[in-house]
Amino acid sequence: MPLIRHGAAAGDSFVTVADGEPLPAGGAIVSLGRFKSERAALLARNAPLGVRLASAQPPQELGEDVHRLSVIVYEFPVFRDGRPFSWARMLRTRLGYTGELRATGHFLYDQIAFLVRTGFDAFETNIPPRDFARALREITDVYQPSADGRSAISKLRTG
Amino acid sequence: MYRYDEFDAKFVRERVAQFRYQVERRLAGELTEDEFKPLRLMNGLYLQLHAYMLRIAIPYGTLSARQLRKLAHIARKYDKGYGHFTTRQNLQFNWIRLVDVPDLLAELAEVEMHCLQTSGNCIRNVTADHFAGAAADEIEDPRPLAEIIRQWSTLHPEFTYLPRKFKIAVGGAAHDRAALKFHDMAVEIVRNEAGETGYRVHAGGGMGRTPHVGHVVGEFVARADILAFLEAVMRVYNQSGRRDNIYKARIKILVAALGADEMKAQIAREFDEIKKAGTLAVPQAELDRIAAYFAPPAFEDLPDDEPTSLDPTFANWLRQNVSPHRKPGYAIATISLKPIGGVPGDAGHGQMDAVAGLMDEFGLAEIRVSHEQNLVLPHVRKKDLPAIYKKLKALQLATPNAGLITDIIACPGLDYCDLANARSIPVAQDLARRFADLSRQHDIGELKIKISGCINACGHHHAGHIGILGVDKKGVEYYQLQLGGSGAEDASIGDIMGPGFPAGEIGGAVERVIDAYLELREGNERFLDTYRRVGMEPFKNVAYGEQMYAAH
Repeated sequence: MPLIRHGAAAGDSFVTVADGEPLPAGGAIVSLGRFKSERAALLARNAPLGVRLASAQPPQELGEDVHRLSVIVYEFPVFRDGRPFSWARMLRTRLGYTGELRATGHFLYDQIAFLVRTGFDAFETNIPPRDFARALREITDVYQPSADGRSAISKLRTG
Repeated sequence: MYRYDEFDAKFVRERVAQFRYQVERRLAGELTEDEFKPLRLMNGLYLQLHAYMLRIAIPYGTLSARQLRKLAHIARKYDKGYGHFTTRQNLQFNWIRLVDVPDLLAELAEVEMHCLQTSGNCIRNVTADHFAGAAADEIEDPRPLAEIIRQWSTLHPEFTYLPRKFKIAVGGAAHDRAALKFHDMAVEIVRNEAGETGYRVHAGGGMGRTPHVGHVVGEFVARADILAFLEAVMRVYNQSGRRDNIYKARIKILVAALGADEMKAQIAREFDEIKKAGTLAVPQAELDRIAAYFAPPAFEDLPDDEPTSLDPTFANWLRQNVSPHRKPGYAIATISLKPIGGVPGDAGHGQMDAVAGLMDEFGLAEIRVSHEQNLVLPHVRKKDLPAIYKKLKALQLATPNAGLITDIIACPGLDYCDLANARSIPVAQDLARRFADLSRQHDIGELKIKISGCINACGHHHAGHIGILGVDKKGVEYYQLQLGGSGAEDASIGDIMGPGFPAGEIGGAVERVIDAYLELREGNERFLDTYRRVGMEPFKNVAYGEQMYAAH
């Protein structure tokens, strides 16, 4: 699946590894279950690590380890499942996560702006980068703060 | 009333363009109906039995004459000449073509209107007391806060794909005219012992197939913290609300499952975290800017004399449809959209245009849509009432039945709605004709009949003094009777009487219930009071009639 990172097509140096499969030499993304059961060994590897969470799994499951991860992936089982929007915002604004936050699974063109606003910065998607950029241009100003640091219209009005 | 500045105007224009692109992709086959559905719903567009239905947002029910004229124009140009005012203070058009919707939205944007979030699993259009800013019993006009909530919730990136729809209402008076306790969340403006104004927040109310009266989750939230508090409620719901079963996905089910105390504790924890970050406080200058839009008109000092008219029917209208205003010499006038035998909440384009003309003529800057599906003129000079009545009468808009038994709430039902199991409108029409005699209506007194054509309860049947629910029994329409509901400050859920009545029997059953009430009541008890005192039994004993009772 093509990857868009920070709005542009990007190569993916991470391999998503199924539970029980051997790990590659480089960056690997594992499930939360595998991370929990092989935590020490995974963190001791001399390679970047990512964890893939299901929409029902809060980021607090990772505890302080969020700061040792290079990638956190949230999977949308279906675009209607809006929980990852909250998890992303928590990761960015409360848990202080600064690594890559990647969306995968079923999400729509029309959700890109919401995903970016809540803190996602990487996307496994077939949406072409040109359309991706268009989605972010559709609405100029926003009515509420989120995780993207943009000022709400209420603040813009009062300078 | 609120006016768009350049930010709001640009936003709505861009939102129209965004939806135009969504429609283009749908028509080109790039979006499946499953993918297009939530996008069109977030713009108020439903696919109904016969056509698309478009639900236009009327935030907190407030309209200008210019906006009302535009709605009349849209009814003529894009629909069959009429619209339907809903129990959420919105307006629905029932005969819309998909290809027309982007142009229609562009026309709405010209008068600072939209269809944003009138459907879908998002925070819906915010409703408020329809007497806001005018009622004698008001602490504070709830609309500035409603407008702040409207803006905050508009395209909220975190809360646009919630487990289910989310309805917020705001009230600021002793008497609850906004059905606060039946909302997913409601804000009640209250005053504490020190005389300070703050917000009591309710959550977990709702109707549908499992009705719940809301719980207080915030006793006294300070002004500056209100959005932080609302965001805390939303986050707890978005994270923990059920997504596996559409019928168990509303916040009321979450509150019931967790228990109100645990819900309250989770909200409180989240609220503390949000407050620490401190990004949600609305600047005072912005609060002041918005509040200024809702400043009352410059009232004149007028004598507070009761108006009189040579028309003997005026007194009936004055008695029933005119309510006390906080300013002497002024009154609140309710325009009933419940003519006997009519469709509750429907208004024709000619009526809308004429009411807009009347507003201009009498210097009335705004009109309200009530959740009871009527219109309200909030600031009328008492001396103008006879002339206004005369005009309304000529428009067939002067039915003197506000709050009486023929002031019936009804959803569109199976005549229009894809979800309905039974028709609502013919039942409302039959009941209105049975009780058309005005002296009989006066004798019965305050009585709220609410009719829903299916379990989704758009007609608020759970909150009716008498509620009627249409059900489908093997392809035949039946109607269940509920007694004892209330959507006011004494909120309660009606009790189901028993087996449903066939379409031909429900009207007679209601009449027998009313006759029993007139026998049983003590003093000036309302039907609701009598029911609460005597319970279901005496009503059930008569409702089914001898023949029907034998059949069961």
